[in-house]
Amino acid sequence: MKPSVLHALCMLVLVLAALYTAFLYAPTEVTMGEVQRIFYFHVSSAWTSFLGIFLVLLFSIFSLLNGSRAWDIRAAAAAEVGAIFCSLVLITGPIWAKPVWGIWWTWDARLTSFFVLWLIYMGYLMLRRLVELPEQRARLSAVFGILGAMDVPIVYMANRWWRTQHPQPVIAGGENSGLDPAMRVALFVSLAAFTSLYFYLWRLRCGIEELQDSGDALHRQFQSMS
Amino acid sequence: MHFLNQVGAILWKDILTEFRTKDAIASMLLFGLLVILMFHFAFEPDSLETEKYGPGLLWVTFIFAGMLGMNRTFAGEKENDNLQSLMLAPVNWGAIFTGKMLANLLFMLMAETVILFCFCVFFNVNLGPRLGWVALITFLGTLGFASAGTILAAVSMNTRMSDVMLPILFLPVALPAVLGSVESTAAALTDPPGEALGFWLRFLVVYDIIFITLPLLLFDYVLEE
Repeated sequence: MKPSVLHALCMLVLVLAALYTAFLYAPTEVTMGEVQRIFYFHVSSAWTSFLGIFLVLLFSIFSLLNGSRAWDIRAAAAAEVGAIFCSLVLITGPIWAKPVWGIWWTWDARLTSFFVLWLIYMGYLMLRRLVELPEQRARLSAVFGILGAMDVPIVYMANRWWRTQHPQPVIAGGENSGLDPAMRVALFVSLAAFTSLYFYLWRLRCGIEELQDSGDALHRQFQSMS
Repeated sequence: MHFLNQVGAILWKDILTEFRTKDAIASMLLFGLLVILMFHFAFEPDSLETEKYGPGLLWVTFIFAGMLGMNRTFAGEKENDNLQSLMLAPVNWGAIFTGKMLANLLFMLMAETVILFCFCVFFNVNLGPRLGWVALITFLGTLGFASAGTILAAVSMNTRMSDVMLPILFLPVALPAVLGSVESTAAALTDPPGEALGFWLRFLVVYDIIFITLPLLLFDYVLEE
């Protein structure tokens, strides 16, 4: 499952392109200034976080139905990489928000949902750490992965409905409204780069876990021989 | 009918076991009262603030007290290898889940009734005509908690730190039920009951349907060894 050289090269090219378009190609935003450039990486991280939890859901379902170790590895790797990107969302968001909105945080639907998503990722990873037997770990984390992933859209919708019942002051217009074409290019390149990076890291992680498994198997073989 | 008989048997077993010691209900009740005391010291709400924050305080109390009770769902079974006997018996595993879920629901509702009464006394809240709505909301909210909590209690019982894992796994999943319960309680207590009441009640019902169906589908995988 190790990522191929071609994948690594594509990923590198995309990441460099994203850095170029975000910092040099895209124009500076009128009201927000240079700090707005975080937006490209923030939105891309958010996208990969959602991708991650969706993959956790998918691989968890396959893991339960199929029972093979391969799907469990994929689910765990998807969760680990997704958790990193989710943490990045929660870090880059306030960095951008403080100079622009004047506040570090607000409890609107999107931010709250991302916080809950992060907590679900952490719960999943903690659960994996605390279960000893591999087959049991696979099944239990798959069950929680499914429950947690199904919970995320419900939390988002609940918060959105709640907020429309209690209207909050409008903070900012939608980011994508009236986006300069050059900015749109930067955003798409950044999305592509982060997606490629996600899958690169995911395949690396799967490869490490498979190596670990082969190592353990060899160890057991050696022990049974001696 | 066979499935219902099995559910009934497991439910009755849990009720009998619980009423021998009354451990779970007593601890849930005491903890709930302690939380109310903490809230008094933390916020000291006057009557206006009680109206505004009351539903939230009440449901936070319910959920913290409820988690205490849920921990014991499978803890007792693991001790004497009861769980294995249960699994080996000719019982549909879905019936084990349903029986335990209903037992949790019953014990939580019993504790919550007393906690609600004490809450009204301590904070001078007059439920009066709204009691019916509050009872319905309490039932629907607790049903969601009991269902999600039972399967997550089964998941966390297999971990090293089972007491700690249950809140970590359960609270994010229970959030929509908390929101729905708090909002519908608040809507029920306004005069006249807001239209939000209907919306949040429907939301709670949908949450309950989803988080009873999913655990029923997934419970077999949790029990497998």
